[in-house]
Amino acid sequence: MRRFTLIAIPYVWLLALFLVPFAIVLKISLSDVALARPPYAPHFDWATGIWAFLAELDFENFVWLTEDDLYWKAYLSSLKIAFVSTVLTLLVGYPMAYAMARAPQEWRATLMMLVILPFWTSFLIRVYAWMGILSNEGLLNQFLMWTGVISEPLVILNTNTAVYIGIVYTYLPFMILPIYAALERLDESLIEAAEDLGCSRFTAFWLVTIPLSKAGIIAGSFLVFIPVLGEFVIPSLLGGSDTLMIGKVLWEEFFSNRDWPVASAVAVVLLLLLIIPIVLFQRNQQKQQEADQ
Amino acid sequence: MKRMSWFNTVSLTLGFAFLYVPMLILVIYSFNESKLVTVWAGFSTKWYGTLLQNEAFLNAAWVTIKVAVMSSTIATVLGTMAAYVLVRGGRFMGRTLFSGMIYAPLVMPEVITGLSLLLLFIGIGLDRGVLTIVLAHTTFSMCYVSVVVSSRLVTFDKSLEEAALDLGCSPAQAFRLVTLPIIAPAVISGWLLAFTLSLDDLVIASFTSGPAATTLPIKIYSAVRLGVSPEINALSTLMIAIVTFGVIVTSLINKRQMVRQKRDEQTAERS
Repeated sequence: MRRFTLIAIPYVWLLALFLVPFAIVLKISLSDVALARPPYAPHFDWATGIWAFLAELDFENFVWLTEDDLYWKAYLSSLKIAFVSTVLTLLVGYPMAYAMARAPQEWRATLMMLVILPFWTSFLIRVYAWMGILSNEGLLNQFLMWTGVISEPLVILNTNTAVYIGIVYTYLPFMILPIYAALERLDESLIEAAEDLGCSRFTAFWLVTIPLSKAGIIAGSFLVFIPVLGEFVIPSLLGGSDTLMIGKVLWEEFFSNRDWPVASAVAVVLLLLLIIPIVLFQRNQQKQQEADQ
Repeated sequence: MKRMSWFNTVSLTLGFAFLYVPMLILVIYSFNESKLVTVWAGFSTKWYGTLLQNEAFLNAAWVTIKVAVMSSTIATVLGTMAAYVLVRGGRFMGRTLFSGMIYAPLVMPEVITGLSLLLLFIGIGLDRGVLTIVLAHTTFSMCYVSVVVSSRLVTFDKSLEEAALDLGCSPAQAFRLVTLPIIAPAVISGWLLAFTLSLDDLVIASFTSGPAATTLPIKIYSAVRLGVSPEINALSTLMIAIVTFGVIVTSLINKRQMVRQKRDEQTAERS
């Protein structure tokens, strides 16, 4: 009986506040928009039963998504932005993780804390910090003009460049930590052996270090790619009107256009888009765990 | 002891500069006299003064703290229960669905979580306010808590619990006297994580809050959309200072505990 209660309480909580809300999103994505409060016409009616409901299911909102260019472009551009920023984060994060793993033992805990500390600071504030730096009269432009590199201020804020900078900045810890964990366990005598056998430093790195840290690279990349795909705060504060990301579209569809059925349909498609990377990530983690045991 | 190569030194220096310079600039400019945030006009703490007189911000801060304390506390209880069920609960009906529901919110985009909860609250006719934000925050942060706690539960020796049960403890006593003290550090870090997640959340709070309850991130977001302001710089500096202080204190406590534990283990081995 006690075991039953222990299981039931968190179970019911998650069913009620996680699974049921999803069912509602799914349902509303199949409803018509209406000028009412709430602004949709429900299609599902318990009285007519489930068969009547299935018979008149309509995918109007999804058809609408495929017909309007905006949504296609937003999905593709989210994928592109997520992919490019994952690669950029990897390029910045890998050398840092590598240097941390090669640092003297007594420094490592401190370096680790320095990587984690920004993660505890407000996400919003970290994005906001870049607004003052990247704007036309911002510090970066002031600095570049002072050094004479440029004579006209560069337009960076409200472009995709600013979005990339913001994403790399805020998601860097997620990339560094798994790679560091993989590199720290790496047995250095393997690299020495490769060098003894005639590899140059670079080939040894390419043929030994990179493959052995592959699991960390994959884990870190997914930890960046998956949340960036649905990101809202960064494109809305650093991006411009031409920065299309699906999280932003969903937000505007809901708060500005008040088109709930379309917002729900966007959410459903975003979720479908996420399933593939999530399943791949899960598989990678499982393989990793099996390898560890 | 080996020395760092110059390449490693450079990448660490540049990397940490990238991570810390933006925040440093924010802190420096919060002490700027001028209202123009990009022009330095001398040292002043006046923005902290205006911030402390801004009632809208103070109210929002109070709502945020209330929400964070409530949601992280409930989330810690529920998350610890969920972790215990997952690690020690054995087989039960719907276990796969249960673990799925624990892990899914970790990868769910915030816009979807926020939207779905809002539609639920409207569907059941619950007025949006502090209560709805607490429910929303509890739901996603309990999953983080349960991941943190279950990773501790997995590594600890089950025979300790069995010994307590053999010696006549009831399951509840065994949990309170043996399990809980051992997993306590994980439970505390789970609470801290839930607390920070709640303090930090903009998207889910925007969907689930009503006009009666505005949290600090919502307030900051609407102010920041209009551009950079010295008042927000001052507020950010205060928040950064509090977090840094908290992280340093907890890591010092952790370190001391680890040292003590090591010493205890060594004494135990010697005797």
